[in-house]
Amino acid sequence: MRQAAVSVGLLAFLSGCNRHQSALATFGAEAEGIRTITIALVVGAVFIIAIMVGIYWRAVRAPEGQLTHKQGMRLVLWLGGIGPTILLTVILIFALPAMRPRVTAPGDLTIHVEGEQFWWRVGYERPGGGVLVAANEVRVPVGRTVAFELTGRDVIHSFWIPGLAGKMDMIPGRTNSLVARADKPGRYRGVCTEFCGLSHALMAFDVIAMEPAAFYAWLADQSRPAAGARQGQGAQLFAANGCGGCHAIRGTEHDARIGPDLSRYGDRLTLGAGILPPTIERTADFIRAPQDAKPGVRMPAYPQLSHQEARAIAVYLKGLK
Amino acid sequence: MSLHAQDDPELRAAQEARLREVWKPPQGLFLRWTDTNNDRVGVWYTLTAFGFMLFAGVLALIMRTQLAVPDNDLVSANSFNQLFTLHGSMMMFLFAVPMFEAVSILILPQLLGARDLPFPRLSAFGYWSFLLGGVFVAGSIFFNEAPDGGWFMYPPLTTRTDLSGLGADIWMLGLSFIEVSSVAAAVELIVGVLKCRPPGMRLNLMPLYAWYILVVAVMILFAFPPLIAGDLLFEMERLLNWPFFDSSRGGDPLLWQHLFWIFGHPEVYIIFLPSIALFAMLVPTFARRHLLGYPWIVLAAVGTAFLSFGLWVHHMFTTGLPKISLAFFSAASEAVVIPTGVQIFVFIATLWAGRVTWSTPLLYATGSLAIFVIGGLTGVMVAVAPFDWQAHDTYFVVAHLHYVLIGGTLMPLFAGLYYYWPLITGKKLSDRLGRIAFWMLFAGANITFFPMHFSGLEGMPRRVFTYPAELGIGGLNLVSTLGAYLFAAGVAVVCLDLALSPRRRPGARNPWGAGTLEWLEDPADDAHWGVRCVPLISSRYPIWDQKDFVKKVDEGRFFLPDAEEGRRETIITTVLDARPLSVVRLGTPSFKPMLTAVALGGVFILTTFHLYWAALVCAFATLFMVLWWLWTGTAEIPEKECKPIGHGMKLPLYISGAAAPGWWAMFITMMADATAFSGLVFGYYFFWTRHADFPPEGMDAAPGAFWPMVALAVALVSWALTVAARQLNAAGAVGVARAALAAGAAFSAYGVYAGLAGPWLSGMDPEAHVYPAIVWTLAVWTAAHSGVAVIMQGYALARSIAGRMTPKYDADVRNITVYMHFFALTALVTYATIGLFPGVS
Repeated sequence: MRQAAVSVGLLAFLSGCNRHQSALATFGAEAEGIRTITIALVVGAVFIIAIMVGIYWRAVRAPEGQLTHKQGMRLVLWLGGIGPTILLTVILIFALPAMRPRVTAPGDLTIHVEGEQFWWRVGYERPGGGVLVAANEVRVPVGRTVAFELTGRDVIHSFWIPGLAGKMDMIPGRTNSLVARADKPGRYRGVCTEFCGLSHALMAFDVIAMEPAAFYAWLADQSRPAAGARQGQGAQLFAANGCGGCHAIRGTEHDARIGPDLSRYGDRLTLGAGILPPTIERTADFIRAPQDAKPGVRMPAYPQLSHQEARAIAVYLKGLK
Repeated sequence: MSLHAQDDPELRAAQEARLREVWKPPQGLFLRWTDTNNDRVGVWYTLTAFGFMLFAGVLALIMRTQLAVPDNDLVSANSFNQLFTLHGSMMMFLFAVPMFEAVSILILPQLLGARDLPFPRLSAFGYWSFLLGGVFVAGSIFFNEAPDGGWFMYPPLTTRTDLSGLGADIWMLGLSFIEVSSVAAAVELIVGVLKCRPPGMRLNLMPLYAWYILVVAVMILFAFPPLIAGDLLFEMERLLNWPFFDSSRGGDPLLWQHLFWIFGHPEVYIIFLPSIALFAMLVPTFARRHLLGYPWIVLAAVGTAFLSFGLWVHHMFTTGLPKISLAFFSAASEAVVIPTGVQIFVFIATLWAGRVTWSTPLLYATGSLAIFVIGGLTGVMVAVAPFDWQAHDTYFVVAHLHYVLIGGTLMPLFAGLYYYWPLITGKKLSDRLGRIAFWMLFAGANITFFPMHFSGLEGMPRRVFTYPAELGIGGLNLVSTLGAYLFAAGVAVVCLDLALSPRRRPGARNPWGAGTLEWLEDPADDAHWGVRCVPLISSRYPIWDQKDFVKKVDEGRFFLPDAEEGRRETIITTVLDARPLSVVRLGTPSFKPMLTAVALGGVFILTTFHLYWAALVCAFATLFMVLWWLWTGTAEIPEKECKPIGHGMKLPLYISGAAAPGWWAMFITMMADATAFSGLVFGYYFFWTRHADFPPEGMDAAPGAFWPMVALAVALVSWALTVAARQLNAAGAVGVARAALAAGAAFSAYGVYAGLAGPWLSGMDPEAHVYPAIVWTLAVWTAAHSGVAVIMQGYALARSIAGRMTPKYDADVRNITVYMHFFALTALVTYATIGLFPGVS
């Protein structure tokens, strides 16, 4: 039974690897450093377990009196006391360098991220000054040091991109800093790891690591309004239904900062903070009944919109590129 | 009574008949529940905690079913959040800690050769509080109102009334009520270990289980009060809108995390050490030799306790604390491995040196050690701060903590169950079913939790009601779910084994051939007296080492073999070397503990529903019950000064002051009270460090120095009057002593006003900012203590007037003086802080 269980577990493990949200599949320097520590610790742990099993096996099989009192005390002293002390000191020294945060220099990119129930407000400090506001997606240039300034607006959240670095809590009233460097371009995923309410499980975000040139081009491009920001039936419905009361779209009169910024919704890779494909259908459904996709979401439902109308808004949003 | 008097079988029979009569449990449908004897209360307590464990286990199974496949919708997010919150909270507060208390109440008197614990009614009160609070908290899930903020209840999610409902109040108030019963049990157990040992059992001859109980009870005493202080602040924020954790008004959510984990980390050792204690009892039995390295294991236990209070920050590695403190707490967290390693190797060395007899309990102990070691090693991993940044709040930690708790608490308890079941029921459990269950549990635990290490590192956060298929962890989760069902089936086999027990034939006395005192119990005899007589101890394993020990006990050849006055009694000894000091009369069956628990439960439960007036009525009912209970049941003046206990020894029937159990109970309770108070004071200075301006602009004149200094002077006068009353009373000046008590009560009453006058007259609005809120909290805390001082001084005065306290029999005034010492200290710290500190800083 145990053998079968072990092989099932192994199979599940081997088939289980993902490449985009895993502390074992790293794309950043910090996560890579921790992965090295992890491997060392696991090897050490397996080694210790083997020793312990051996000793225990020996102990219960030994005839009475094989170990004298004095020898027994020596066993306790060396294996229980001195051995662990040496081992732990080694581990601590080995891990200390990873506790030192990466040094930032003036001019390094700073990204502000605020956690809110249940989405992420992202602000990139532009090289020329000012902040580009976006939501639910974090883009970073590879090979560059990036400082994340993290806080929580309503409750405590935690910002975790497993492939990039360890996590850092987002606490109302405090700003925490997380400095990291991505090394491998690609699309990854981050999640909220502090329990934050009903849809804690549905609070994720996309992470895109880009070549620096592409990143800065993207940043400059994002700052201009989307092409179709003011046109069409969707834009009218967006305004008429008060969507602008919470959402902002650059280049229009909508500049509210309550919900996620939608200026470039058409460029987003996911809908609803990393949980759904951002198709027109899904977007329309989300507008009419957001709580179906995300229990406890702050956005009110719009059941009064017809499917057609919701679709029109969705088409408009998808056009914001 | 001389030694050879016990040679007379008729005399022995007469003694036994008297003892039997005295210790006869009450009968009848209602009356049987008024029992206070530890062998009954302990069994109720154990069964209740076991029941809560099964309930919380079912909650876990529902969760595992939901998580079996990705994107599942078996239960809603709302239900899932209630499930995991209640699972964790119940396993901690309604199973692990109470189970330790329950088992200890059940076997500690036997282990110490005592007839019962020093305060049997307090045990009963603790049990009824636990039952009531537990049913209240657990039952909430049937009304869809269970707490849903996680067992750690981090604000502001849980303090904002728009984000969390009644569940948060149920958690805070329901569990605070249970914390009261935990502290009650801790007091009982500490006094039991220190004062109720049999003559000759010096501290270094004490069974290791008693050592561990002492260590763990002291830990409860210092770990639970910070949480109680936190609960207090928490409920003030929820019910009164005082902004302790609201950053927009100067509060800070991290204060809760500090207070919670100052409790929460020692908590892990509070539930782990008693299991090690069970090992320490059964390993020597099955190794057929003394435990090797007794002083080492005692030091290791004490060391673990000390270290465990310095580790709490490792639960907060990702909150952005200064990096230097991370390195320190990483080191401290790893250091706790060393005493744990010593304890484990003491067992291994004992087995190695002895002759191992395999048995079901030893099998469970071996399995739990294996599981625990894996949990301990992953514990070292998460103690390394950088690794923790990845693993924290993921399923890796879920795996780690379940390895620790299953290996360190649950499986050892099953080992203890198989070991001690014959002691309680006189019948062994089935070796066959036990082994089958063991392998199911062992395999189930590993199949459930081992894959979680990987799902966690593969990016699965904790407390998620679902996960996307793209994450590729569906397979790992399915395996975990299957393992959980296997584990549950193993528990079911254990339950089946227990259920079959009544049909089995009684076994032998001391079936494992153990050497410690609890095995004196003869299951064939239905006596409830605990021990036939209180033995004289000269070895750690008296049944093995002392000649004819069992026979001598059975024939009543040691102390206190009789109950000639028809009273329940046990012997009180000195703390260090167990010299007999006095005979104490124990509380008899009574409905007062139960009614007091109901009244106190009313306070907590009605407050949950904002029924403040009804809660106030219950508070007065509680006060009345407590006073009635004390008046009729404590510090009773005996009919004679001394009584013989055998071997030509005569012991007094009344002691007061530092030698008496009552004094110790007061002292220990006040240590807990002072610790809770330090939690609040910590809050004040924590906010001071958080703010550049504290008191903030415009509030620095409040509450001023004048009223706090008046209140301090009043408190010190009241304290001095009480001390004087104690001295005068002892000197025989009863009239002056009464006058001093009356004046003291008057000063204490004025102290309530003077304490509140500072914040009140300066118009501090506790809802406006955290500064007035914390000042008010300290003032109210101290004023409330002043109010209690009025009651205490009045009580001693009334006892004196009623003739229940005399110059010779003066326990009441001596005990309230202990309270007054602590009260004076509280007043000093509070009034210096709120009155003088703003001027200094």
